[in-house]
Amino acid sequence: MKKVFGRTRTLRDTHTHYCPGCGHGIAHRLVAEVIDELGIRERTIGVAPIGCAVLAYYYWDLDICEAPHGRPPAVATGMKSVNPKNIVFTYQGDGDLAAIGFNETIHTANRGENITVIFINNAVYGMTGGQMAPTTLCGQVTATTPSGRNVKRYGHPIHVAELLANLPGVSFSSRVALSDIPNIMKTKQAIKKAFQVQMDGKGFSIVEILSPCPTYWRKTPVESLKFIKEKMVKTFPLGVFKECGKK
Amino acid sequence: MGKVVINSARCKGCGLCIEVCPKNVLVPSSKNNHLGIYVVEVKNKEECIGCSRCAIICPDAAIEVYR
Ligand SMILES: Cc1ncc(C[n+]2csc(CCOP(=O)(O)OP(=O)(O)O)c2C)c(N)n1
Ligand code: SF4
Ligand code: SF4
Ligand code: SF4
Ligand SMILES: [Mg+2]
Repeated sequence: MKKVFGRTRTLRDTHTHYCPGCGHGIAHRLVAEVIDELGIRERTIGVAPIGCAVLAYYYWDLDICEAPHGRPPAVATGMKSVNPKNIVFTYQGDGDLAAIGFNETIHTANRGENITVIFINNAVYGMTGGQMAPTTLCGQVTATTPSGRNVKRYGHPIHVAELLANLPGVSFSSRVALSDIPNIMKTKQAIKKAFQVQMDGKGFSIVEILSPCPTYWRKTPVESLKFIKEKMVKTFPLGVFKECGKK
Repeated sequence: MGKVVINSARCKGCGLCIEVCPKNVLVPSSKNNHLGIYVVEVKNKEECIGCSRCAIICPDAAIEVYR
């Protein structure tokens, strides 16, 4: 018998601190597999966020820099400018990217920095106890919206992939989901595409990934995937919102 | 014909692999690992077709598949 599936080189063989069924673990593995398939491990640098993925530097066997909350795109801009041959990516949650760091996100995208952003949309602030994020769904119960997100008071869920697709500096913008096997495979393809866009020097690429947070969705891991499929994609439709060079 | 190997030191017992396996190969076990987590177990070994669905969904890269 031949091994047909195993841990990829870039994913360290170590215990992670993520809760059972957390989407961060799946997303980490997909990023690692893409890096190994593209053969870019030796020249890739990651930027880890503040959020549940704060310890990502323990999980990828890569050079990784930790940025203050929301600032990975600024740090990535600096690193890419110093050595444009490096492949530079950020990995950020919705609190990190779409709340405290949205300024950095928009300006980095607008400048067309040739970096890749992996954006984990789990509709909550996981690390700090499940508070409302800019991406929290209408009516969703969180620690700070105990009777559900009221859009009159708290505004609407932010559509990051669509918003950024409008900026001329952005070459690739897509939303995918970790909801089942076909969508996990599509997520991997989108991550690969985003890295290829950077390798081709085409500018800013982003993949928004709908990702389960069973703990603060107060659901089992299986129910959480169902929630993405049945509820989350209604607010956040999947698709490619921009792909430069594609007719 | 396939075979799966579960790394019980990495398994967090989330049950996603059990849910996606088309052949009901995997089951929750009553054994726990060094972290006190009830891990999954390979029960219907001979049913495995080596499709890798369990490994693709596992958030902890705890499954190896052979075919
Ligand atoms: C400057 C600063 N402000 C606030 C915090 C508190 N804080 C830590 S993580 C976090 C939000 C994390 O949510 P998200 O980015 O969605 O990541 P997740 O944990 O959901 O993956 C906040 C507000 C901080 N660490 N630093
Ligand atoms: S709190 Fe949510 S996002 Fe954070 S590790 Fe747990 S399941 Fe994952
Ligand atoms: S490889 Fe396929 S058949 Fe075998 S245990 Fe995994 S999901 Fe089930
Ligand atoms: S998916 Fe992975 S972590 Fe979850 S129960 Fe199965 S082997 Fe364990
Ligand atoms: Mg979040």
